[in-house]
Amino acid sequence: MPIDPLKETPSQTAGPFVHIGFAPHRAGFAMPFDTGSPRAHAVGERIVLTGQVLDGSGAPVTDAVVELVQADAAGAVGDKAIWLRSPIEPETACYRFETVRPGAIGDGCAAYVTLWIFARGVNIHLETRAYFPEDTDAPATDPVLSRIEQRHRVETLIATADGPGQYRFDIRLQGERETVFLDV
Amino acid sequence: MRRDRGSHPPAYAPGYKTSVLRSPRAALLSIEPGPLELSRPVFGTEAIGPLDHNLIRNFAAANGLQGEALGPRIVVHGRVVDQNGRPVPHGLIEIWQANAAGKYRHVKDGYRAPLDPQFGGCGRCLTDADGRYQFFTIQPGPYPWPNNGSEWRPAHIHLSLFGIAFAQRLVTQVYFEGDPLIPLCPIANTVGDPVAVDRMTAKLDMARQGPFDHLTYRFDMVLRGARQTFFETRPEGM
Repeated sequence: MPIDPLKETPSQTAGPFVHIGFAPHRAGFAMPFDTGSPRAHAVGERIVLTGQVLDGSGAPVTDAVVELVQADAAGAVGDKAIWLRSPIEPETACYRFETVRPGAIGDGCAAYVTLWIFARGVNIHLETRAYFPEDTDAPATDPVLSRIEQRHRVETLIATADGPGQYRFDIRLQGERETVFLDV
Repeated sequence: MRRDRGSHPPAYAPGYKTSVLRSPRAALLSIEPGPLELSRPVFGTEAIGPLDHNLIRNFAAANGLQGEALGPRIVVHGRVVDQNGRPVPHGLIEIWQANAAGKYRHVKDGYRAPLDPQFGGCGRCLTDADGRYQFFTIQPGPYPWPNNGSEWRPAHIHLSLFGIAFAQRLVTQVYFEGDPLIPLCPIANTVGDPVAVDRMTAKLDMARQGPFDHLTYRFDMVLRGARQTFFETRPEGM
């Protein structure tokens, strides 16, 4: 008999009222503690990453919260890793992060930010990555992008430039151009 | 170690209708956690305040009120360990919930039950060096939601956890032992079997009651474990 580790506590959806815990201003009130800011204070080239989360019918998911994890501008992680949180804002139906351009972490990996999606109807958070369009070698050389068997899906992990330092990255939960999601 | 997806609900769980259009159809791309995923979360936010873990008082206090939230006073406590049984020290737990009447303080909650002017419904705490945590709150009420007509959520508290590595990230809900709505709930039942539901259910802990003050529930949680290794002092892959 193999030795079984303990079972992980099961995930459950964050639900429609996730903002109470993650972004009280979107629930309609304020709390004295900061439950996450969509703005990084690290040193580096400032960039903005924004986009929609779309369901399988193409409709924007307006009640999601997106979290970002990335290396700092020098590619450092550990206690230099950056974590941010942004609800979908009603005016734009977009999440929006003001952060620094991440450095590549090493080992031939292109620079990326990890994004987690929490929402009603999402039973366990979805994880994906946004890479940068300037890294034209990344689809062939990055160890994750190069492993995507359906090559036309690689583009679902590459943000599009939307002005200097501005990037757009839409996340499609399902459907024709479904984003590649990761089991990390 | 690999995340055991069998411990979790599937993305597509048609009994919970909202999951139908919000679940990917393609298989997840499996990759090994790297240095970023193994990094310890650092938030850069202010330290935990003295009332952050007290949902009975924290909203009123933040609004200059002296009162306390209405409803059955409870403490939820427990221990967070990883899959190898090791404590998860100094992990952040974020908490949100409905009030005792089953109403959320949220602009989108249309349930007719009243708001409690003394209750916000969110809080947070840290595990200690041994993985133990506790928070004070009121027992939330059940409430109806549209799914197959009017269905009723069992009383539950939402919990968000960060462990010692980003790869341990988990958002879940804790239910309360003996609630007859649990087996009827399409969201609780996304996990598939009663044993898994039991892993999300807090147990009444009478020995830890606060006499003449509050009941206590115990809820232990398990986050992903690091790979077993003989070289225990060296951080290894998840």
